[in-house]
Amino acid sequence: MARAAIQRRLNWLIAEVVSTREETPLVRTIELECPGWPGHLPGQHLDVRLTAEDGYTAQRSYSIANPADGEKLAITVEHVDEGEVSAYLIEELTTGDRIELRGPIGGYFVWEPGTGGPLQLIAGGSGIVPLMAMLRARIEAGSDELVRLLASARSYEHIIYREELSEIAQRDGIEVTHTLTRSQPEGWTGPSRRVDRAMLENLVWPPAREPTCFVCGPTGFVETVASTLVELGHPPGRIRTERFGPTGGPT
Amino acid sequence: MTDDSHVDGNALGALFFDLFGREMTDQRGCCAACGAVNQLGCLKVYRAPGDVARCPSCGTVVMVVVSSSTGVRVSFEALRWLELA
Amino acid sequence: MSFVTRGFRGRRRTDGPADRVPPGQYVTTDFPVLSAGPTPHVPLEEWRLTVTDRDGRQISWTWDEFGALPQETVTVDIHCVTKWSKLDTVWDGVSLDTLLDDFDSTSGYAFVHSHGGYTTNLPLADLTGGKAWVATGYDGAPLAPEHGGPARLLVPHLYFWKSAKWLSGLVLADNDRAGFWESYGYHIYGDPWREQRYSGD
Repeated sequence: MARAAIQRRLNWLIAEVVSTREETPLVRTIELECPGWPGHLPGQHLDVRLTAEDGYTAQRSYSIANPADGEKLAITVEHVDEGEVSAYLIEELTTGDRIELRGPIGGYFVWEPGTGGPLQLIAGGSGIVPLMAMLRARIEAGSDELVRLLASARSYEHIIYREELSEIAQRDGIEVTHTLTRSQPEGWTGPSRRVDRAMLENLVWPPAREPTCFVCGPTGFVETVASTLVELGHPPGRIRTERFGPTGGPT
Repeated sequence: MTDDSHVDGNALGALFFDLFGREMTDQRGCCAACGAVNQLGCLKVYRAPGDVARCPSCGTVVMVVVSSSTGVRVSFEALRWLELA
Repeated sequence: MSFVTRGFRGRRRTDGPADRVPPGQYVTTDFPVLSAGPTPHVPLEEWRLTVTDRDGRQISWTWDEFGALPQETVTVDIHCVTKWSKLDTVWDGVSLDTLLDDFDSTSGYAFVHSHGGYTTNLPLADLTGGKAWVATGYDGAPLAPEHGGPARLLVPHLYFWKSAKWLSGLVLADNDRAGFWESYGYHIYGDPWREQRYSGD
């Protein structure tokens, strides 16, 4: 994206909910139509602002889940304990409702198809969301970067975008590995523990392949993964991180 | 030190837009304490009453943002320079 | 600014008895963690609490010495400037009256230092008279590092940023001087009942 094209004010826009979809019991995808949306890059986020009748407002950031598609936007929201915004978005918001948002925001945790590979994506829980935008963009563009995704979830039922990811995993040049940290279905053959050094050594592109690594998830997860990647010889400059904070959702 | 409460400088992206009218998280800044040069998206941001952005290399407070009843105060506490590329 | 989000009410802002919840606050059962920096881990054998008076005279306590001081258990309400209040929190600690007993009480102010570099300030009169403690326990257990352990200041009648976590020392002085948040525009005193969130409030 040309620099000149993004010199603008970040104005609040009004988006309409086109549909909502349950991803897991605690996670919902909201598809929006946003007139005036200027487009975005995979990995960028947006701000959502909710306003009560008495004027009380609450604002949160959410990663954008879809690649740029005109005025169409998707966010995937995880229910956070005591999170008044996530509770509203998951339990109350419905098709036809309108919410205020502004964006896109972020020029650091972004990736565009065609920038060369290999690409390494590492997600903890709902950290998959911005990485999914990258994967979807790579597939839509039909570009040929080799991509590996290592995604950590509590259980099989907690895997966000599970069906879509299993389809994506069939494609040439894309490898998807899930690790299930708390419980595993019968016959599970994948890894069954938190992402650790051995996993990052065996399932991630080795430093010699010079991958660009994107790591996203709760802060503790990202801290551990990023520092272990550095220990394994990945240059810090090729590790991009997006920390969601201690609670699992961006705040 | 355990350190699981911060987010990345990305979280200040909207504020930077308000200040500079452009995306800034991919721009570089230099820590006045240790001289490390990092993209603003790499800062460690602690969200306390205000936002405290620390140098990812040495932990020095480089920026503080406080939203009060009168406006948003931004302190470039220890940025030796900020580059607009 | 006339946009209203259908069905959004925000947090319940009415709960809690009015005489215990200051204006603009809501009651939470959580204990949110707010920190301006990484959590320092101070080994107890290296821990010291130091009070310095205006003449430079110092008294330091080691962890064991501190533990030998008279301990109190108090139940108090706490109020964070980010608008949550938490009622009936139970703390173990030592009253500042005990710690400041040997010091001249005519110094007007205390400047508070923490491990990790955090500072705050308050009048000495707000630390004495049974209004403030150095807390080392919360809810019957040792105070967790993310909540300020091994020891934090507890001044429940002021906004909670005054209750510095990871307390390392107090410096008594004749003049007030702004601590960390105070220097960026938070209120110099911070009384939740007068909603003194920011300077000028």
